Amino acid sequence: MRALRLGRWLRTAPGAARGAGEGRLPLRVPPARAVPTAPVVSPAWVPPRPAWQDGQQRPAPQQKVTVEVLDHLENLALVDFRDAEGVERLQKAVQFADQLHEVNTDGVEPMDSVLEDRCLYLREDDVTEGNCTNELLKNAREKVEEYFVAPPGNIPLPKLEERDTFLQGF
Amino acid sequence: MLRASLREVSGASPPGEPPRRGEGAPRSGVAAAAGRARKVSAALKEGHVTPTELCQRCLSLIKSTKFLNAYITVAEETALKQAEESEKRYRRGQPLSVLDGIPIAVKDNFNTAGIETTCASNMLKGYISPYNATVVQKLLDQGAVLLGKTNLDEFAMGSGSTDGVFGPVRNPWSYSRQYKEKSVPKSHSEDGESNWVITGGSSGGSAAAVSSFTCFAALGSDTGGSTRNPAAHCGVVGLKPTYGLISRHGLIPLVNSMDVPGILTRCVDDAAVVLGSLAGHDPKDSTTVQDNFKPFELPNLTDVSKLSIGIPKEYHAPGLSSEILALWSKAADLFKNAGAKVIEVSLPHTRYSIVCYHVLCAAEVASNMARFDGLEYGHRSDMNKSTESMYAATRREGFNDVVRGRILSGNYFLLKQNYENYFIKAQKVRRLIANDFVKVFGSGVDILLTPTTLSDAVPYMEFIKEDNRTRSAQDDILTQAANMAGLPAINVPTGLSERGLPLGLQFIGQSFQEKQLLTVAKWFEKQVKFPVIQLEVKRHDHGAFQHQKSASFS
Repeated sequence: MRALRLGRWLRTAPGAARGAGEGRLPLRVPPARAVPTAPVVSPAWVPPRPAWQDGQQRPAPQQKVTVEVLDHLENLALVDFRDAEGVERLQKAVQFADQLHEVNTDGVEPMDSVLEDRCLYLREDDVTEGNCTNELLKNAREKVEEYFVAPPGNIPLPKLEERDTFLQGF
Repeated sequence: MLRASLREVSGASPPGEPPRRGEGAPRSGVAAAAGRARKVSAALKEGHVTPTELCQRCLSLIKSTKFLNAYITVAEETALKQAEESEKRYRRGQPLSVLDGIPIAVKDNFNTAGIETTCASNMLKGYISPYNATVVQKLLDQGAVLLGKTNLDEFAMGSGSTDGVFGPVRNPWSYSRQYKEKSVPKSHSEDGESNWVITGGSSGGSAAAVSSFTCFAALGSDTGGSTRNPAAHCGVVGLKPTYGLISRHGLIPLVNSMDVPGILTRCVDDAAVVLGSLAGHDPKDSTTVQDNFKPFELPNLTDVSKLSIGIPKEYHAPGLSSEILALWSKAADLFKNAGAKVIEVSLPHTRYSIVCYHVLCAAEVASNMARFDGLEYGHRSDMNKSTESMYAATRREGFNDVVRGRILSGNYFLLKQNYENYFIKAQKVRRLIANDFVKVFGSGVDILLTPTTLSDAVPYMEFIKEDNRTRSAQDDILTQAANMAGLPAINVPTGLSERGLPLGLQFIGQSFQEKQLLTVAKWFEKQVKFPVIQLEVKRHDHGAFQHQKSASFS
């Protein structure tokens, strides 16, 4: 099979100035006078248009997330929204995620892992490593002997009204 | 050829010769590009260059390219020690492997014993891991020289490598002759300082490190395209292996069901070499498959007539630049003219893949970030009233907006009232996406050919106009589905845009068929002959070249 020289042609960007001798290689349309010695190959297909339009069929924005839910999230996640932008971020994220409801998933099982068809194995219950207390303690800021030191537990976070959070004035 | 490949690392001409400027038709550099690691390895074996010299050159180059901000930590002392050990082994004639003495860099979300691992976050600043990630250990066991940890988006969340606490990474191509020639400076003082372009993300530091010749290979991570996206923007090869092939033990997790370590190199052959040393079952990671993995050398494919290439129509996503569309078309023609079968295929759920990813990622992130409470490692707040308030304060101080945003969204999707509608729904859509690929590959298609990104790298000032989530949604759209389905995919740098910046195309393969994927990628790489970056950088090292203002690396 005759090999086609395509290398240099692919390197120049379309519309870029071409150096002498680096002219277009006639792939599809042979010059009028020349007799093609190899059959002309029709161009390969690539999708000419975007498969969908942005913003198409966006569902109507759902109700805004309530302050109670925002407060609940701050308690669960133990991170704060910090400002209006943070809350707006969540609203936008939820609106984005709502697109999922356009997809028909009747009869489809949820997928946890792409390796679901394989068995998870068990190994023998033998101790193969450990005894690294010192290394592990090195990275902790507060420690006493071989213990990590934590502040007192079982004290819930203050309620929304008493907490120093942006949501207070929300 | 040997000299060319080493010269490109050292940047030095043989003593007595004037420095070469703008040298070499790209072809000679690219010829040396093929099998680069092997060639350098051969050079090390024959004593043309020593591991210590190689290491020193790379360290010096890192200093010269500090403005790229590709590295967070440079482990100079340990790297030189490793290089010395490697030199001793070569003198005895007992190198550990092809990678012995080869300088590499590792993304800063892999644990490295004795070297700081920060994930570009305040939460882990100063954290020195007590162990090496399995992939890092494997590379070190083969004798590779670890130069340092590279920059990323905080906790690998982002598509620009702009959101880490150590600042954004600059694309080396911003400082290339190719880009400078095409850009119109608005004033004389503008010399790339304000119109530098991003690397893409989140493994931007690794991509920049490989692209600027400071190392031969780098590890990244790929959850939604984080290896392939910066590879496309920086003009390097970025491989995402099949999920379950390479161990994730020691990779600080983002999404456990999608994360994989990624490999960034300057040519496909090198990617195969690194893959060979990393792949395989790891007893410490139960999500690695137990199949026997045999490292392979890539054959030089000459006949593609038996190949069937699929062009998924949904990968012409909204916003795809006309340049990339043209490049995609030329690539498809390339295969067709060489005798391969090139057919249109459909992956109907592609447009929902990014939404699905958004939900699953946020949910898994919410769970994975729960470990950062300040007790055992990482940043700890001074707040001492209660455990809960200490955790809350620590996390408030340690995480940036992006991370906190994803944690909160994730928790929202996991609330009892939302679990079924969002999380389970997303898992169902995930199955539909994975099934799309199964159908297409089952119909006889061997490899899919798609674009990697929607356009070439954008200038940083433009990129930051939109927030992280919007950008990720836009930039991950073409890479993300492969993570959903766990399939291997690779970015191959294909051509330059009108602005002189790299454009890449993506090949997606079948599960655990990396050999076929890389063989086709290697054939394609040989056809397109992507130009070598003509990087213009001030030399840093002392000695004969101290007075030299700049040197081109061809």
